[in-house]
Amino acid sequence: MATIIKSYEPTFWDKLYLPALMRGLIVTFRHFFRRNVTIQYPDQKHIPPEGYRGLHRLNKFPEGRIKCVACEMCSAACPADCIHIIPGPSPWDGGKERYPVRFDIDLLRCIFCGFCEMACPEEAIELTEIYDFSDYTRDDLVIDKEGLLEVYDLTKDQNYYTKNNLSKASSVDTPIDT
Amino acid sequence: MDLLGFTIIVVKVLVVFAATMLGVLVMIYAERRVSAFMQDRVGPNRVGPKGVLQPIADGIKFLMKEDLVPERADKPIFILAPAILLIPALMTFAVIPFGSPINLFGREIALQVADVNVGILYVLALTSISVYGIVLAGWSSNNKYSLLGGLRSSAQLISYELAMGLAVVSIILLAGSLRLNDIITDQQSSFLSWNIFRQPLAFLIFLIAVYAETNRLPFDLSEAEQELVGGYHTEYSSMKFAMFFMAEYANMITAAALTVTLFFGGWDVPLLDEGSLGLFGALLSVLSFILKVAFFLFLFIWVRWTFPRFRYDQLMRLGWKVMLPLALFNIFLTGGYLTIKALG
Repeated sequence: MATIIKSYEPTFWDKLYLPALMRGLIVTFRHFFRRNVTIQYPDQKHIPPEGYRGLHRLNKFPEGRIKCVACEMCSAACPADCIHIIPGPSPWDGGKERYPVRFDIDLLRCIFCGFCEMACPEEAIELTEIYDFSDYTRDDLVIDKEGLLEVYDLTKDQNYYTKNNLSKASSVDTPIDT
Repeated sequence: MDLLGFTIIVVKVLVVFAATMLGVLVMIYAERRVSAFMQDRVGPNRVGPKGVLQPIADGIKFLMKEDLVPERADKPIFILAPAILLIPALMTFAVIPFGSPINLFGREIALQVADVNVGILYVLALTSISVYGIVLAGWSSNNKYSLLGGLRSSAQLISYELAMGLAVVSIILLAGSLRLNDIITDQQSSFLSWNIFRQPLAFLIFLIAVYAETNRLPFDLSEAEQELVGGYHTEYSSMKFAMFFMAEYANMITAAALTVTLFFGGWDVPLLDEGSLGLFGALLSVLSFILKVAFFLFLFIWVRWTFPRFRYDQLMRLGWKVMLPLALFNIFLTGGYLTIKALG
């Protein structure tokens, strides 16, 4: 729909510009006293909301057995082709079941779309809220089965970034006041 | 001159110099913090309590940086330019009175380095020299952006210096003297005799011109980093760049002090006779001066982080077609008022 734009004849006060300038100054002055929105990252960490898609984890049964049955649905669903699974006969039940001998995720390829999570019939792979897992080499950013299971231990009980877990996971300085 | 008089002058010079340099440090910190607060950010807060040592960290960083001179730059001028900018910026403060006279060692000491009888002319002359620093820096860098920055700066200065000078003329007409002390005395009789109340139009013109004069936003066309990379200081690095920075802040301090002197009664404390209180009164006057200057420095930062930059033609139009006629009109008004008063 066409909008009719009324031409606006500036009044004397508009042409003077000074009232407008004053209004601008008042805006910035108000912001001067407003609470700042900065998160002081290494000291304070943003707590992602429920459903955030971060680092993957491999879930375990309460008795500690891995849920994954190495069906490779996740790696088939993966649009970035970053999940590499080598299946094998399980060490339990006399090898009657499949289980992943190796389960590697290339985090540099991963686009964190969450398709693996949706494809998984066993609810074995899930994305967690962990977002700061940078490293120095490409090799270090390929996470293996042991790593993924460790992530499960870190995140199964509570949000990774709540205080309790942070003190365990990394040394955190006292937050600096601004 | 006797030894005591000489010592007093040396002490005054050192105090003023140290105070200006300290002011520069404070301004660097304040600029970053205030701008951060105005944008709902935090700003530097890691170096020292609340980040107050940040300017010192910056200074150390500048000292450590490689001092680069472009191969095809005009070397002597390239090296001289920052000094041409910084030295007048520091010299200007010499004539500005920063407190009421005090009695010490049996003599009256004026809180001012030099009581020049053409003080205001001295200030205007020196602030105009600083533009040579910018133009020469732009020219000698052998860089098109620098040159454009320098050219803009000179054109801007010419257009605004006129309006500024004419605004000052109306103050001089009222005070009947070019000496800054006389201008302050002229404003002392009561609170309402401050020139801001007697010459509001001149104040407005002067304030706007001062922003153009110090190359601060909304008139920072000479460095306009979005268009000109860094303007006149594109090619400068290390301490030379730091000198440009220091000069900018020193200029701001001087400009704020001058605004206070001309329009806000200088060190005058409203509704108080400083002379009757002795040393305490002098301290009070210095404090009042510092507070007033601090307000104008805050205004500098406040304005910078509020308004966008002028376009070049807008800048010229404002200078020549608005400010200059207004300043002339103001002189006409002031002159008319004084004539009528003289005729009785």
